Amino acid sequence: MTLLLAIVTGILFTAGFYLVLRRSLVKVIFGLMFLGHAANLLIFNIGRLTKGAPAFILEGNQTAVEPYAEPIPQALILTAIVIGFGVQAFAIVLFKKAYQMIGSDDIHSLKSTDRIA
Amino acid sequence: MKSIILQTATRYLLPILLLFSFFLLFRGHNSPGGGFVGGLVAAAAYALYSIAFGVEEAKKLLRIEPVYLIATGLMFALISGMIAFFSFDTFMTGKWSDFNFPLFGKLGSPLLFDLGVYVVVIGITLKILFTISEEVKP
Amino acid sequence: MLLFSVLSGIFVACLVPFLFKLGRKPGSLIISLVPLSLFLFYLFNFGISDNLGYYESFDFFPALGVNLNFVMDSYALIFALIITGIGTVVFFYSSYYLAENPYLDRFYIYILVFMASMLGIVISDNMVIMFIFWEFTSISSFMLIGFKHREEKSRYSAWQALLVTGSGALALLAGILLLYLITGKMNFSEINSMPQIIQSSTLFLPAMFLVLGGAFTKSAQMPFHFWLPNAMEAPTPVSAYLHSATMVKAGIYLMARINPAFQGAIEWETTLSVFGGITMLFAAYMALKQIDLKRILAYTTLSVLGTLTLLIGIGTPAAMQAMIVYLIAHALYKGTLFLVAGAIDHGTGTRNIDEIGGLKKFMPITAIAATLAALSMAGVIPLFGFIGKELLYEAALEHSLVDYATFGAVFFAALFGVVAAGMSGIFPFFGKAKYPNEKPHEASFIMTTGFVITAFLGLLFGLVPMLVSDNVAKATSDVYYNLPLAVGSSMQLALWHGFNSVLFLSLGTLALGIGILMFRAKLFPIIRKINLPEFLQPSKAYDVSTAILIGSARLTTKILQNGYLRNYITLILLTLLLLTSYSLFAFSDLSVISLYYPVTFYEITIAVIISISAVLVIKSSGRLQAVAALGVVGIFVAIIFSIYGAPDLALTQYSIETLTVILFVLVIYKLPKFLNYSKFSHRLQDFVLAALVGLTMTILILMVTANELPPEFKDYYGQTSYILGKGRNIVNVILVDYRALDTLGEIVVLSLAALGVFALLKLKKDDGDSI
Repeated sequence: MTLLLAIVTGILFTAGFYLVLRRSLVKVIFGLMFLGHAANLLIFNIGRLTKGAPAFILEGNQTAVEPYAEPIPQALILTAIVIGFGVQAFAIVLFKKAYQMIGSDDIHSLKSTDRIA
Repeated sequence: MKSIILQTATRYLLPILLLFSFFLLFRGHNSPGGGFVGGLVAAAAYALYSIAFGVEEAKKLLRIEPVYLIATGLMFALISGMIAFFSFDTFMTGKWSDFNFPLFGKLGSPLLFDLGVYVVVIGITLKILFTISEEVKP
Repeated sequence: MLLFSVLSGIFVACLVPFLFKLGRKPGSLIISLVPLSLFLFYLFNFGISDNLGYYESFDFFPALGVNLNFVMDSYALIFALIITGIGTVVFFYSSYYLAENPYLDRFYIYILVFMASMLGIVISDNMVIMFIFWEFTSISSFMLIGFKHREEKSRYSAWQALLVTGSGALALLAGILLLYLITGKMNFSEINSMPQIIQSSTLFLPAMFLVLGGAFTKSAQMPFHFWLPNAMEAPTPVSAYLHSATMVKAGIYLMARINPAFQGAIEWETTLSVFGGITMLFAAYMALKQIDLKRILAYTTLSVLGTLTLLIGIGTPAAMQAMIVYLIAHALYKGTLFLVAGAIDHGTGTRNIDEIGGLKKFMPITAIAATLAALSMAGVIPLFGFIGKELLYEAALEHSLVDYATFGAVFFAALFGVVAAGMSGIFPFFGKAKYPNEKPHEASFIMTTGFVITAFLGLLFGLVPMLVSDNVAKATSDVYYNLPLAVGSSMQLALWHGFNSVLFLSLGTLALGIGILMFRAKLFPIIRKINLPEFLQPSKAYDVSTAILIGSARLTTKILQNGYLRNYITLILLTLLLLTSYSLFAFSDLSVISLYYPVTFYEITIAVIISISAVLVIKSSGRLQAVAALGVVGIFVAIIFSIYGAPDLALTQYSIETLTVILFVLVIYKLPKFLNYSKFSHRLQDFVLAALVGLTMTILILMVTANELPPEFKDYYGQTSYILGKGRNIVNVILVDYRALDTLGEIVVLSLAALGVFALLKLKKDDGDSI
């Protein structure tokens, strides 16, 4: 599965970056979400896959017994998922606001706002 | 889109979901769950309610402005870190009670921290959802 | 106890808004009790009862050796008493001086923070902790110089001070780290006991110059002096406190504090002597050219800072003793003179020395204090300044490096000092009465009481030097490596040294200075006309370099940040691609990648579904379709999590997926339809780039997973999670216990995102234009 998951991650990255490069606001948001999934899966895969053995210390034991999944990437991803939600919400609202104010879905029409004289 | 079926179902689902979120929060230290998941489930419960009855009703039910939830949660988390100061340890050193409480098991500062996370997550999610849906209506 | 004494200032700073609810006057008076009580605390605990050497330590960041170590020795005590003592005077003074100012509460917040951090600098034993307080003083100084923030000049000066001292502080940090590399120690007390190791290291010179970079900028030595006269834009009590008595002495403090480690090195002594000497002489001359009272005082302060540096450079026990005495004397008389300048400004509305004179009729109390301070500054017997000047001459006479040059410089600087003392402390009050507009008035009781006390202390210490003698001797041995006991105990201060060359020198300087003052009507116009050469005015260099910095920032922004998101991302991706693929192909062996991993049917199914959904999102023309496809991706990612031992992740992913869909449903109908803006060639180009990056990522993952994962971390958490963290769910224990600080940061970020959403949506369109 490691190989397969690596390929899936690659596809998600491709889709994410392709969408982020688009000019349509909504597509950029979708791209961000893809990138979030891709990054999470990358970290998860790099922590090595352990099938069906969560990082728990079983009742009655003092320490964890192999095999169990690597806990650190999981902790990283867990917060990343929630933070990703916050970022998504922010991005969605930001783009929505931009759309309202500029009246266009085209990112290129946003460019004048941060041009420096 | 007010549907009787959804409203009736939500009335029963909301307390169950909230109870479930508490359950997730408190057993999080030993089994799957924890502050993040618990908070999300609780927020989802209110979101469901707001879909069924409208945002205004959901807000009324919540009673507290979500920003206060955010602040309260952050304060819990911060306080849990400062408990260690009482025994002159560094910030965020975990402190545990020595005896078992019924239902909860051992109480400790990490649990308070998790509670803080739980409250913050509810606050954030609801703040976002409420603000956005308020904006949508008019 | 020491930690608390430092933090109390910051604590009270947090309470200022509430104290001001009691009314401005009572509020400011209550706040002024803080430095007073700290002063008494230090005085009774360490000054009178012999608690010196008291050491206190709290763990802060033990893994890096950064701990809250505080020590109170004689040297630190002298500084602590100056900081809180002058602080008390300044705090009370400000409550009247700035009584009309609408931002008085802010002023007290800044100055309380400043006082606390200054105390932090002088009693920290740990270098990094000292550095943190050091930065705090820079920031509070920035706030205070820019206190009149509506004035362009104030803002300019504030920036200048911050940039100069801030970049110096960066050098200081690097110096501290080099010292740590050499010795492996973070405490002054440890570093000061190993001068041989430090001075024989190859890193000695870099470390020394970096530390000096911090000290010279803070204490305004040439060529970094220019910010100090400009800092006079600050309210006068601030100038008295920060830019004369305390903050600018932080550099001096540091040089003397670290002196035992560098002592004896020829580079150390030469650098300090040369820079100190030049600053001393140049600034003393510049003082005579000024007509603004505060600028005169600023330049004489600079001159004194140069003198103190020079004395540390001379490096004999006698010079160190002179340094400490001079420092105390200067804090007393210069603090007084600054506050007097404020009182004159208050009373007459001007600080131009040509416009005022004979004020003693109107401001008798101020006149007495000013005269005493000026006499001390000029080094007239029996004031404390006289003892300082005697010791200075003695030290200069025995300097071994550049005898005549040093001596000449000291002589002329002292001479100009006498003249400047006359200009700033005597002539405004004596002679024919003149003032610009309405009748001058005496400052209020609280204002005058403060500087009268400091002025009389100068007299008291001069008459009864035994009061400070012991402490000065002990402080000298604090900043001197292995000072023999006999030398230390023989260093008693005395007003009368007998008829010797030093006395005649003092008298000669005084006589010449008075001579110049007598003929000032003829001499001053000439002095004011002689301009110093360009290279002695490095403030130009400051202006040029900030202009270059801003210009280049503007240029890079124009090129790189041209407003097209697509260009930014393309650039980032290309860089990423080039760097990663280069290191992948140049340094690694791609053949380690194994393509034989066991795969089951349902795993293939999951992969195919995710891939198809991804393609669907890209190709779909409807928004709802795309949202649904995205949801599918999310759900199947969650399924992957749940299969491979991450139930927590799966749960979180499911709930987030639900919420995301709700979010989209709420917003999506307001958004426009999918439109294709780009040309086909652009899309093709983007796709190729994205696919290449995706491929690189895949190879990267396979490369990494081909190697064994080091088991230490996993084992550590697996072994200790239940025993230390009392939890069976290791992931959750990491989140709420091991790495709780990170989680705290993350929930703060989340809160900000929520507030950001709120703020964005409440932003009205017409408001948006004006922002």
